[in-house]
Amino acid sequence: MNEISKIDMPEMTVSRRSFMGGAAGLTFAVTVVGVAGDAAEALGATGDNRLNAYITVSPDDTVTIVAPAMEMGQGIMTCLPMIVAEYMDADWDKAKVELAPSNPKLYGNPIFRGIQHTVASLSVMGYWKPLTMAGAQARQVLIDACAAKWGVSAAECSTQPGKVVHGSGKSMTYGEIAKFAKAPSEMPKVDPDKVKTPANYSILGKDVGRVDVPSKTNGTAQYGMDVQVPGMLYASIQSSPVSKAKPMSVNDADVMKVEGVKRVVKLPYGVAVVGETVEATKAGREALDVKWSEAPGDAFDSAKAIDEYRAHARKPHVAPIEWKKKGDADAGMKAAAEIKSFEFSTEHTYHAQMEPMNATAKVSADSKSAEIWASTQGPSIATFAAAKVLKTKPQNITLHPQMIGGGFGRRAQPDFVVDAVLVSKILGGGTPVKVIYSREDDVAAGRMRPMTAHKIDVGLDKDGNIVGWKHRVVGESAIGYTNPDRLKKSKGKDILVMKGSEIPFYKIANWKTEHVREKRGARLSAWRGIGAGYTKFAVEVTIDELARDQGVDPLEYRLKLAANPRVEKVLQTVADMSDWKRKRTETELGMAFAEYNGTLSCGVAECSVDADGKIKVHNFWMSVDPGIPLHPDNIVAQMESGIIYGLSHSLKEQVTLEGGMVQQSNFHDYEVFRQSDVPNIEVKVLAGGGKATAVGELGLPSTPGAVANAIRALNGAKLRHMPFTPERVKEAMKG
Amino acid sequence: MVAFTVNGKAQSVGADGDTPLLWALREHLQMTGTKFGCGAGLCGACTVHVDGEAVFSCQTALADVEGKKVTTIEGLAPNGDHPLQKAWTAEQVPQCGYCQSGQIMKAAELLSENKNPSREEIVAHMNSNICRCGTYPRIVRAVQRAAKEG
Repeated sequence: MNEISKIDMPEMTVSRRSFMGGAAGLTFAVTVVGVAGDAAEALGATGDNRLNAYITVSPDDTVTIVAPAMEMGQGIMTCLPMIVAEYMDADWDKAKVELAPSNPKLYGNPIFRGIQHTVASLSVMGYWKPLTMAGAQARQVLIDACAAKWGVSAAECSTQPGKVVHGSGKSMTYGEIAKFAKAPSEMPKVDPDKVKTPANYSILGKDVGRVDVPSKTNGTAQYGMDVQVPGMLYASIQSSPVSKAKPMSVNDADVMKVEGVKRVVKLPYGVAVVGETVEATKAGREALDVKWSEAPGDAFDSAKAIDEYRAHARKPHVAPIEWKKKGDADAGMKAAAEIKSFEFSTEHTYHAQMEPMNATAKVSADSKSAEIWASTQGPSIATFAAAKVLKTKPQNITLHPQMIGGGFGRRAQPDFVVDAVLVSKILGGGTPVKVIYSREDDVAAGRMRPMTAHKIDVGLDKDGNIVGWKHRVVGESAIGYTNPDRLKKSKGKDILVMKGSEIPFYKIANWKTEHVREKRGARLSAWRGIGAGYTKFAVEVTIDELARDQGVDPLEYRLKLAANPRVEKVLQTVADMSDWKRKRTETELGMAFAEYNGTLSCGVAECSVDADGKIKVHNFWMSVDPGIPLHPDNIVAQMESGIIYGLSHSLKEQVTLEGGMVQQSNFHDYEVFRQSDVPNIEVKVLAGGGKATAVGELGLPSTPGAVANAIRALNGAKLRHMPFTPERVKEAMKG
Repeated sequence: MVAFTVNGKAQSVGADGDTPLLWALREHLQMTGTKFGCGAGLCGACTVHVDGEAVFSCQTALADVEGKKVTTIEGLAPNGDHPLQKAWTAEQVPQCGYCQSGQIMKAAELLSENKNPSREEIVAHMNSNICRCGTYPRIVRAVQRAAKEG
C-alpha cells in the first residue's frame, strides 16, 4: 500500500438539467443546489454543492432509484432511496435500487464538495436536500403531466403511493404516466417540506427490509475481492514494513523460480509478486526477501513512546493547536478554587475489516486510461489518484464500485486502487491484474487510529461547580499522514484526531480542547468514530470522577449538566432501560454520554471482573436520538454494531510498533470480539426532532467510558489506559 | 487434476494438491460466495461443508477433497431458501455481509446435528466465525428462528 499524500480535487462545475421521456419510461436527472453542513470540515469542504439524482419510472410501474453513497453494511443503499421514494410518493414495493457508478457530477455528496465519499456518517445529512428535492420534483412532473392529459388543473391533483389521483376519484399510475409524459423545459419549483413532513411519512420511519440483505445470504453480493476479469493476473504486495521506506534490493531470481510467478515488480513503496494464480503469488510472496531503505519511522517504539506522549500531555514539547472552545477556559481556570487533573492513554488500533484490501485494474496499453473494480468508500478520490498515477484526466478512468466488505474508514484511502493501477501499468499491454493483500500484509501496512495521551484539567469553584475545562490530546496527525496539504490549509486542525473532545451538550461555560502533535511516522487514517472513540472515553471518565468526588450519582450529575431537554431525555431513557438505581451484587453499572454529528446517545455497561483482571460485559443499554429516525431497525443494527466494535476495542484491540513495524499479523494476535464476547444489547431509538442526523459511528464512542466507569464503581480500579487488558485491569486494581 | 463434487455437480480442478480449497473454489471455479478473510483458519469467512462437516476452506488442501462432496453457500439450498437464509433475511442479519456465507454454513452444520440448540450451544458453535460489523446478536436470533421455523 502506497503513500498517497496529495490528491487534487478537480473542479466540479456541472449544472445540467435534463428530463428524458419515451417508450422506455422517464428518467429524471435533477440538478439542485445542496447545502454545506456544519460537518463540512470532515473533508475540508468549501461549499460548492450540487447533486444530480437519477430516478427512472418504467411503464410497468417500477421506479428505479440510484443510491449515490457506497454500501458497507450501514444500510445507506436502502435509506437514501427511501428518502427519494418518500418525497416522490413512490410505491416502495415497486422500487428498485441500483448502486451508483462512480460519477461525482451526478452522485457527489454536497457536504464533501460534490465528490462521492462515504465517511463520517454524513450521507443522510449531506444528500438530504438534493434527494428530497429530486423526489419532490419528480412527483410534481408526474402530476403536471397527468393533469395535462386529463385536462384538469394540477392543483386538483395529488398523489398516493405510486399514482396520481384527482379529486373526482380517478387515478393513474406513475408507470402509465411515464408512457406519454414529455420533458418540461425546466424542472418545476417545489418545496419538499410542503410535499412531506415527518408526520405524514409512509416509507421513512418504517422498517422496510434492506435491499442488499438477500444477496448477502446467498453468496451473490459482489465485493471487490470477487471481481473476475478475463485474462487477469494476480498480485500479492508487500508494502514497506515501515512507512515511507523504499525497496532497495529484492531477491527476484529466487521468487521467479516459484512455479506460476510471472513477474516481480518493484513499486516505490513495496514489491508486487505477479502470478497466474493466487496460490502462485502467495508462494512467491512467501519466498520474497526485500532489503528496505531507512525511513523516518524506524525509531518508533510505541511502548516507549506512549510515556513520552504522556509527558507531552503534561508539558507540551510543541505549541498546541487549538481545536474547539467556548468561553474563556484560561480565565475560568484562573478563577477556580481548585483544579483537578486526569490522564488517559490509548493505543493504535487496526480496522480489521473482514475483506482484506484488494482491487482489480486494467490499464490500457497506452497507459492513458484504466478500468478499475474496487470496494471503496471514496470512488472519486480513488479515481483522481489513479488518474494522477497515469498522468491522465479523471475522465479517462472508469471505476466500478463494488459492495464493501468492511470499511470503517480504511477504504476511504485510495492506496489499494493505486496498487492495482501501478502494477497493471508496469505489466503493460493492457494486462488486467487483481491485487489481493494477504491478511498478514494487510495488518503490516494497516492505516491505524493514532495512539494518544490525554490530560484533562478541570477548574472548580468553591461549591464544586465546573468553571473551566481544558482537554489536551497528544498524538500524531492522521490527516498529516493521509493529506498533508489539507492539514496545512486547516492550520493543523485535525478532525480525525480531535473529534469528540468538544463538549457542547454539557452546561460548561468555559472550555477548550487542543492537540499536541507528535511526528513519529506511523501509517494512520480515519477509524470508526474517529477521535470520539478515545476523546469521549477521557471526557466521560472525568465526568464520573467529578461526580464521585462530590458524592453525587453519575446520572444525577450528568442530568444537572445536561444542556437541553433532549440530552436529559437520552440520559433518563437509558437510566430507565438499565434500571440504573437498582443495586447489583456481582456487577456494577457505568454510564457514558456521547454525541456525533448531531446525534445524541448514552450507553450503560453492566460489568464484572474476574481474579485475573478479565472484564466481562453482561449487558449494554443504549439510548440514541438521531433527530428523525428514518430506518429504525437499521439504526438499532448500527448501534449494536458500534457497541460491539467499541467494546472490542475497549477491551482487546491494540497494535504495537517496534522499530516502526507493526508487531501483530492476524486475528490470533489482533483479537476482535467473537460471538462469546458479546453482551446482551438493548437499544432504544428516540425522535428528538429537527433533522435526521448521523448513525453509523455513534454506537462506539460511549463504550470505553461506560466500561471504565462500571469497573471503577465495582472495585475502585481506575482504568485510564485503553484497551483494558487483564494485565492493565489487575494493575489498576492494586490502586 | 483433483476431482470432487461441488453442490452436487462433478468438478475437477487442475491445480496443485496443496492449493487451498478456498482458492480452487473462488478463482478456479469462480464460485465467489465463499470468502477469503484471514488465510489462517482464524475467522471462518471461508467456511464450507466437506461431506457435511464445516471446514475452513483456506486450511483444506485440494487433494484432501478428492472424491468428496463439497457444499458452498451457492449450493446450500436450491433457491437460496434454506431456513437459515430465510431467517437471516427476516432478522436482517448481514451488514457488510462479507462474513455471512461462512456464518450461514457454520450455522447449517449446527442445525444438521442439533435441531433445537440452546443459546449457549449456538454461541459456542459460532465462536469460530468473526463478524467485524458485530451482527452477532442477530446471528443468534436467526439461528433460533431457523430452528423454530425449520
